[in-house]
Amino acid sequence: MSQALPLLPAAQLAPLLAAYARSRRAVFWRGLLVAACLVAGSLASGWMAEVDLGKFGKHIGGFFSYFDRLTRLEGGGGRVWTDPGEWFWGLRPWLVQLGDTVLMAYAGTLFGALGGFCLAVLGAANLVQNQPLRWGAKRLAEFCRTVPDLVFALLFVIAFGLGPLPGVMALAIHSLGALGKQNSELVENIDMKPVEGAIAAGASWVAMVRFAVLPQILPGFLSYSLLRFEINVRGAAVLGFVGAGGIGQDLIEAVRKFYYNDVAALLVLIILTVVVIDTLTGLLRRRLLEAR
Amino acid sequence: MLVIQGLTRRFGAATAVDNLSLEIPRGAFVGVIGRSGAGKSTLLRMINRLQDPSEGQILWQGQDITTLRGAELLAWRARCAMVFQQFNLSPRLDVLTNVLVGRLHHVPTWRALLRMWPQADRAIALSALEQFGMGTLAAQAAGQLSGGQQQRVALARALVQEPEIILADEPVASLDPRNAEMVMQALADINQRYGITVLCNLHSLDLARRYCTRLVGLAHGRLVFDDVPAALTDAVAQSLYGIEARDVMDSPPPALPDGFAAAVA
Ligand SMILES: Nc1ncnc2c1ncn2[C@@H]1O[C@H](COP(=O)(O)OP(=O)(O)O)[C@@H](O)[C@H]1O
Ligand SMILES: [Mg+2]
Repeated sequence: MSQALPLLPAAQLAPLLAAYARSRRAVFWRGLLVAACLVAGSLASGWMAEVDLGKFGKHIGGFFSYFDRLTRLEGGGGRVWTDPGEWFWGLRPWLVQLGDTVLMAYAGTLFGALGGFCLAVLGAANLVQNQPLRWGAKRLAEFCRTVPDLVFALLFVIAFGLGPLPGVMALAIHSLGALGKQNSELVENIDMKPVEGAIAAGASWVAMVRFAVLPQILPGFLSYSLLRFEINVRGAAVLGFVGAGGIGQDLIEAVRKFYYNDVAALLVLIILTVVVIDTLTGLLRRRLLEAR
Repeated sequence: MLVIQGLTRRFGAATAVDNLSLEIPRGAFVGVIGRSGAGKSTLLRMINRLQDPSEGQILWQGQDITTLRGAELLAWRARCAMVFQQFNLSPRLDVLTNVLVGRLHHVPTWRALLRMWPQADRAIALSALEQFGMGTLAAQAAGQLSGGQQQRVALARALVQEPEIILADEPVASLDPRNAEMVMQALADINQRYGITVLCNLHSLDLARRYCTRLVGLAHGRLVFDDVPAALTDAVAQSLYGIEARDVMDSPPPALPDGFAAAVA
């Protein structure tokens, strides 16, 4: 470059620079405000939850001694892992319960994913003109994900009795809400050109969703559903606490009756299961994301 | 025959199409020209009813298009195929399925949704693809094809609708010159062989002159030219396009202003 770039005259340059500086300042103050809110929020929540570090220090010992009890063989002798046969005496029924737990999570995720897809599409402003319908779909999804699955399970156990059915229903409804929200983000960010292409060719609304929307969101939809399955396996493990089936029922019984070794064994089994499921779904999700 | 009467479309305070009246006989190959923002796309989108007019009427064979709703609207869209500048295919779906989207109106919905397309419709779609030299690419994902190939898939999709009119909105504006010729030739073939009316927005006056039998010029949404291509003299083009005229007439671009050229050098 043999010559310097031409500069704007100072009279034009100054207001532009000033405007830029103004908007940068606004960003800085906004950042400071957010930081202040975060600090204030954490102090307030600590006060609300009565976080008392002295109390925490006094009782942390009790926590560790519980773990000590958990891993000491009750029939006398050493640690539980010196006698795995004795420790895992109930392996067979526990594995059956674990299988039930995973199946509950599977069924809940499946129904939740199907419903969540429908709600996401019905609530999308770029696909549905009918405002009341959109509003209804969004609020329904909101309600379903705001109420924790444990609360749904409690209600359904009262209505339908003990067993895995209320558990599956609770997981399905909560998943429907959560997936409805996540998928609606996907749907609202799709490329509209294929949608117009299908509509212009005379496609009905359902056909348009099938051929212009579904292909675009499918990898994201499957990925979110797998993530939800992962979460639901963990969720299903504690649904038994309120009598909604699965391994949680054995766990809460062992805790209540002070079967220390059983508690330890069940915890180990649950953690192993969750790790295996997380690893497998993680692998699948990575493959899906690569396909995007 | 397509009859447009007093057609107007407003976007807020702006008027995209302004009291436009036009008659187009069946079988014509009409080019719509005008600088960008003149209202060409809005006109075509209103005919397909992707957008609704603010005022005025569109009649096809005497039937009022502007009041159609529900199933009748879907049926009209099937008769009135649309081709877009950006092709508007589903990039993840394979080529043949994209073409079959043009058959949706001829196939029971449940079969289409399950992708259990009747054998006859598959044959129609594949034949249309092969007509444009794309038969072997039927199983490819549409998004992996080149622009020229995608536009030919879009043409096949339009053709298998068995439409009475094809609306093409700058179908070659995203293509290189060779592919542009190929796609325009394909449109002309469709027009001649099947007698399908074609209404085509074009940016290049050269293509418009060579392929169209009649040109319609828009400026600020109003009709300012309607004649055979030979009547489009350079002076008329200049008035239609103003500063863009050189660009659309495929002349070399104007030289950079002196100060800027010196700065870049
Ligand atoms: N969806 C829309 N919302 C607001 N304004 C629009 C919309 N579509 C088109 N317009 C405006 O209408 C005018 C005509 O646009 P368009 O029909 O796309 O012109 P062309 O296709 O000739 O370039 C432009 O000024 C454009 O900004
Ligand atoms: Mg346009």
